[in-house]
Amino acid sequence: MPAIEVKDLIKQFKNTAAVKGITFDVEEGRCFGLLGPNGAGKTTTLNILATLLRLTSGSAKVAGFDVSTQKNEVRKNIGMVFQEPALDSKLSGRENLEFHAMMYGIEPKVYKKRIDTLLSLVELREKENVMTQNYSGGMKRRLEIARGLIHRPKVLFLDEPTLGLDSQTRRLIWNYVKNLIKEYKVTVILTTHYMEEADFLCDRVAIIDHGKILVKDTPDSLKAACGQDCSLEDVFLKYVGTDIRNVEEREKIW
Amino acid sequence: MIELRAIYILWLREMKKFSRAKERIIGSAAMPLMFLAFLGLGFRGSDVPGIDKGVSYMRFLVPGIIGMNMLFSSMFSGISVLWDREFGFLKEIMVAPVSRVSIALGRIAGGATTGLIQGMILFSISFFLGFHMNAAFPWYRMVLGFGTMLAFMVLISLTFISLGLSFASNMRDAQGFELIINFVMFPLFFLSGAVSPISNLPVWVRIFSYANPLTYGVDGIRGALIGHSMFPVSFNFLICLASSAFMVSLASFFFDRSDSV
Repeated sequence: MPAIEVKDLIKQFKNTAAVKGITFDVEEGRCFGLLGPNGAGKTTTLNILATLLRLTSGSAKVAGFDVSTQKNEVRKNIGMVFQEPALDSKLSGRENLEFHAMMYGIEPKVYKKRIDTLLSLVELREKENVMTQNYSGGMKRRLEIARGLIHRPKVLFLDEPTLGLDSQTRRLIWNYVKNLIKEYKVTVILTTHYMEEADFLCDRVAIIDHGKILVKDTPDSLKAACGQDCSLEDVFLKYVGTDIRNVEEREKIW
Repeated sequence: MIELRAIYILWLREMKKFSRAKERIIGSAAMPLMFLAFLGLGFRGSDVPGIDKGVSYMRFLVPGIIGMNMLFSSMFSGISVLWDREFGFLKEIMVAPVSRVSIALGRIAGGATTGLIQGMILFSISFFLGFHMNAAFPWYRMVLGFGTMLAFMVLISLTFISLGLSFASNMRDAQGFELIINFVMFPLFFLSGAVSPISNLPVWVRIFSYANPLTYGVDGIRGALIGHSMFPVSFNFLICLASSAFMVSLASFFFDRSDSV
């Protein structure tokens, strides 16, 4: 059974269609990359899979549960690292993780240990009692990745996880994610603008633009089909073109 | 589905943050305190028509200002969901396996507790400004009055945190915030009879006062503390109970329906 099944997914906002019928499957323990320019519909797709947005039509299953009708089961099985920081800045690093663990109903004895391990892993053990408002961008990111793993999710959503990070931190996160997939058979969906990231982590990628999947395949066959010495970036640009996109924020109600 | 565990966790988060924000406690108590001090002392000794004989303006005012404090702190704490959205933390809450109703109730519980603490600070200070409960009350009636006041404070709080939460659920960002302060909170405050007797208002304005749940909250606290009120305390209590039940349901509905991202 695939860990993620998406079929003819459509998301219509008031004036615009953000996702216009996309279909893909991800097998358990694999990493699937969603590549696309700004406004292509990547984050919208992730938000639908994470039950944060309602789909307009089509269907999507995560870990075997339907995102429209079995929201709570889906939520129990996923971990999410958001594109923008989603930490409580007035709580310390450890408190943010504790809050998360408690929300997922983990026993204090269990989560204390897990949090210790995860904090060491993302190298934040020494800063665990500092308010996250004093964290740097990279520290916040690492903390969020640790947070997404406390409840041992089957599926992990990473929405541009290394955006704006230095090379060292990026490497650390890559190796960690790679290890998670190998050791724990976690299924990962990743969106990114860094082609080398997708190339390094993902078994398969889909290039998406204007809410539609243009192509999906393994990075290697995409590169091979493109020509000699083609990088994934060349493949990407071949499909989506080199025009700069202007993306409007969703309309305001007030 | 209501999960007490989740409500407790969200409440705990509010308490942690509240205990760390000393300036917030002082800042939010300052405005009602100034209303109390300047109106109370300014109209000291004057005979305001509509206030029962033998009740000084200060004693009339204190329950009103306690109501005001509950109104303002509650509305702010309901609307504070917008800051969680602005700073992204709302997504973290919304993606957790917890029902939306529990999330709304957790916020309401946290806000009601902080409002109650602020209200108690204000109540204590009012005694230094010349407030006293009805001197004819025996001691047990004073205790009962105090308890009744606490109950009214909680009900006012539930009503208006829910109102704030309802607004926040229908707004995308904090831009409408000023509008709500000026066109919702201040009218609710002045119409409630917190600073002047409703009986002095023209009939068509009074209709709005009667439609305002805070009117019954303030009147109930007056009855409980000083023994003078427009309506029987039990009637006020029933109205406040009904309005808070209605508003909590409404807020849960709007919050459930609102976009998380």
